[in-house]
Amino acid sequence: MNWVAIGVTLKLALLTSLILVAIGLPLAYWLSFSRWRWKFLVESVVALPLVLPPTVLGFYILVAIGPHSPLGQLYTSLAGHPLPFTFEGLLLASVLYSLPFAVQPFASAFAQVDRRLIEASWTLGKSRAATFFTLIIPLSTAGVVTGAVLSFAHTLGEFGVVLMVGGNIEGITRTVSIDIYDEVQALNYTGAAKTALFLLVVSYAVLLGIYAMNRKVWGMRCDEEGASRLRAPASR
Amino acid sequence: MTSEMIVNITKSFPGRLTINASFRMTVELPTVLILFGPSGSGKTTILRCLAGLEWPEQGTVRFRDDTWVETQSGIRLPPQRRRIGFMSQDYALFPTHSVEGNIEYGLSDLGISERRRRVAEVMALLQLQGTERLKPNQLSGGQQQRVALARAVARRPQLLLLDEPLSALDAPTRSKLCGELRSLLKQLAIPSVVVTHDWAEALALGDQMAVINEGRVLQVGAPQEVFSRPLNAEVACIVGVETVVQGRVVESFGGLVTVDVAGIKVTALGAEETGPDVFVCIRAEDVVLETLGVGATSARNHLAGTVCEVHPTGALVCVEIDCGFPLSATVTRSAVEDLHLSPGASVVAAIKAGAVHLIPRRDGTGPVAP
Repeated sequence: MNWVAIGVTLKLALLTSLILVAIGLPLAYWLSFSRWRWKFLVESVVALPLVLPPTVLGFYILVAIGPHSPLGQLYTSLAGHPLPFTFEGLLLASVLYSLPFAVQPFASAFAQVDRRLIEASWTLGKSRAATFFTLIIPLSTAGVVTGAVLSFAHTLGEFGVVLMVGGNIEGITRTVSIDIYDEVQALNYTGAAKTALFLLVVSYAVLLGIYAMNRKVWGMRCDEEGASRLRAPASR
Repeated sequence: MTSEMIVNITKSFPGRLTINASFRMTVELPTVLILFGPSGSGKTTILRCLAGLEWPEQGTVRFRDDTWVETQSGIRLPPQRRRIGFMSQDYALFPTHSVEGNIEYGLSDLGISERRRRVAEVMALLQLQGTERLKPNQLSGGQQQRVALARAVARRPQLLLLDEPLSALDAPTRSKLCGELRSLLKQLAIPSVVVTHDWAEALALGDQMAVINEGRVLQVGAPQEVFSRPLNAEVACIVGVETVVQGRVVESFGGLVTVDVAGIKVTALGAEETGPDVFVCIRAEDVVLETLGVGATSARNHLAGTVCEVHPTGALVCVEIDCGFPLSATVTRSAVEDLHLSPGASVVAAIKAGAVHLIPRRDGTGPVAP
């Protein structure tokens, strides 16, 4: 079993998940409560990674951060090295690739918060931001946990995007799924089987955890529709 | 410094009604203004415009010297900056917070000791001691209502807005809490606007009352005045109670209450405790007219009087009688002919005790009912 690849994968998934909580919560809030009539344009962009082949997404990210793009040039001048085939580049790609897996559960949890509770909070003098943190987030715990965990699990298993953007650099961008592919190519079925089993067990355990939470197995507070939220993003 | 709230707003809902409401309310004294009207008349929307939860398309809302809304100059003060207490029909208690947490929620700009003191004060005022740690879903309907009120008044708002405060309760709790709410509003001395469609609540709680239908304010006045002297047929139809007079309970025995109305004894069913000062309310259709000298009937009240006015309203005729106090009756055209009802004629008005409704009166000189 390739422990280095497992370490890279866990680090990538954890950081992706944290970044998605940070940017996904405000984005989901805006998607749930904005009355802007063109917001469906943004909603569709957020959902794109659900339907695009990872290679297509990876290709565009590669072009966008490559040495010929303004973004890529800016990064190179700031960091001193180009972004593709680095861990940071891979992290950026993972964040975009897992975006709907975080934002959609967040947004559907926010949409279920009773509007009248939010209005009550406003009349009690709480600003919109204060209402978000003291009322909307506590009422959406199950959705927030679900989004964070789903994006973590989704990043664990990504393959196409990693191949396109990360390359295959041992200890830096070689993730578990790439490692399994390499082992099979080298006809090392025993090594592949061990790593594959590891990935299967971890993914299953993570999903067991969130489904049990949404079914209130441990009596944890969450809303009735929690379980249905899991069906929101179509798994690939 | 003006001591009024001036409201003049227009708001339309495509395909539904247009609200075009204009009224003033004095806030110098702690007045309770009732917005009264049938469901769908727009009274809740008007209340939400006062709270800042809806924006009128046109108009102004001024409270004392502050401008809350002025569409012409683009002023729209958000609800956070109006210093109001708002209670929605279903209370909107936060399910994630305890009773104490709910009440404390709007007090975060106070110091911890002042916050504790304020919470204890309103908990005592609303008799909520012992429920501090409970969650809203562990409370009865009446307790939930009190927590919502406590939360709204804990910040010491300059205006209290209550949307159908009693409608989510079952009937017995409602009449009990109506009395409590009356004395509470009096004790708090905060100008209040209360939305209701229940005439008994309007009479019991209100100092002033605005009758609203299809988004327009039809009449503003003291509730008793509005009920007994509706401005026009539309108001009369909405309020639906024609006789409202002040009385004083003189005897209560065996479930029957005797009330003195201008020297005349009227018997009513005494279902609940009302205190000595009451409004006596009688719907015109519950009054039966008889000629003098008819033998005993099951009706408990036989009031002799003279006809003052007779005016037809569609298929029925409205007869105004003076029987020591003004009383309205609606009868059929044939009854008018058979009984020779014309101004000056003597009649007896028979009213069953059950048709006489007693509403506690808050501005009486006697002690306020507990």
